[in-house]
Amino acid sequence: MVTPLLPLKMEAVSVRRGGKTILGPITLQLADEGISILLGPNGSGKTTLLKTMHGVERPNTGTLHWNVAAEDARLRQAFVFQSPTILRRSVLDNISYPLTLRGVKRAEARARAEAFAARVGLSKVLDQHGMVLSGGEKQKLALARALILEPDLLFLDEPCANLDGRATRDIEEILLAVRSEGTRIVISTHDLGQARRLGDDIWFLHAGQIKETTPKDQFFSEPHSETARSYLRGDLLP
Amino acid sequence: MEKIWEGLTQAAMLIVGFDPDLMEITLLSLRVTITATLIASAIGLPLGAWLVVNRFRFRRVVIAIINALMGLPPVVVGLFVYVLLSRSGPFGVLGLLFTPTAMIIAQVIIITPIIVSISHQAIRELWADYHDLLISLNATRRQRIATLIVDGRRALLTASLAGFGRAIGEVGAIMIVGGNIDHATRVLTTAIALETGKGEFGMALALGFILIGLAIIVNLGVHMLSRTERGSRW
Repeated sequence: MVTPLLPLKMEAVSVRRGGKTILGPITLQLADEGISILLGPNGSGKTTLLKTMHGVERPNTGTLHWNVAAEDARLRQAFVFQSPTILRRSVLDNISYPLTLRGVKRAEARARAEAFAARVGLSKVLDQHGMVLSGGEKQKLALARALILEPDLLFLDEPCANLDGRATRDIEEILLAVRSEGTRIVISTHDLGQARRLGDDIWFLHAGQIKETTPKDQFFSEPHSETARSYLRGDLLP
Repeated sequence: MEKIWEGLTQAAMLIVGFDPDLMEITLLSLRVTITATLIASAIGLPLGAWLVVNRFRFRRVVIAIINALMGLPPVVVGLFVYVLLSRSGPFGVLGLLFTPTAMIIAQVIIITPIIVSISHQAIRELWADYHDLLISLNATRRQRIATLIVDGRRALLTASLAGFGRAIGEVGAIMIVGGNIDHATRVLTTAIALETGKGEFGMALALGFILIGLAIIVNLGVHMLSRTERGSRW
């Protein structure tokens, strides 16, 4: 029986940059199911919160407690960045890369990468160089590279920013399938439609603070905070 | 202009006639320079990448010193190696002075800072792109360096070729530590210096043209083998 990765407990976590607090202090608990959506205007701290939970960003104060040892926790989660980082390699080698880092033999890693490429619809471009893919394909590549680790927890930072409707739909379908397999997902987005389609609960951030954490239906009908109401009305928040 | 034309004609005659002396010094030039470039690359490329991914005290000072060492005066390097390898020096017992090995040592000292500095610059840009991903994937320091070297190999090739270019044209240091001994340590650059000293400008120019041609051929060959500068390749 594998010990569950979650819940994650964050206590009084804050991040400062250039002498200014850009996130927190935040105290929250990440439960072990569903898709959480981080909503909020630019600069509200969505990306910083995702990166801090994942461990790419180190908090200046506060603590993170995983249900397992911190080193194990890092190996059981994955992150898809807003601008997908494409290694200067073929699509297949990009997708298999995380496995090779973990000591999986090249042939086996490539075989598994082929399966994950098929899952995100990249089978026809396996031998192409990653840098020549379209924006939507690059995002799918980044998603396949994250999924190949079969993470318990998947973070995505605005995964569909700058993608057209079709590419967005493809990504969302994959995410819903991944969720149904039991992967916990946390996504930041500006797309309210996407938040409605994918989210189970909404975390609304403003000025580095979580203003509310609310089930999706309630958030869109009766948000708790005045700032969230203003945001949903389309007001320009300070 | 007449001298240049004479040099070109003489160069052609030497090449077409497979002049044995020319072949010998050309091959020695290549052997010394390629060996020095390989050794300096083996040191410089990983060091350049290591300097990118590691944060330590005085890192900027180290980088500034390496950049400054790119301008090392070859004559000073030659003198330094000479003192180390001379009979009364700490490594005199090895008997390396006035041998191709001494020339290789001098060239390695001259070109390693160039290779480190250029590779550091090239890798730094790649690291800015890869940083979050490699941290996210929990790559070890060694894996990060290996990834940056593999993915940045074309830019790193430029660093090695810059080192090769500097080494193949070097004369001051290898003249001091090699001694320009006929059939032993004479290479193209030292032969050019000798012919110029004798007033044989036509021959000096001929050797100069051959040296330039050699550098171009090696660069072209490396680019063709590594398939750089082709459409849609990164």
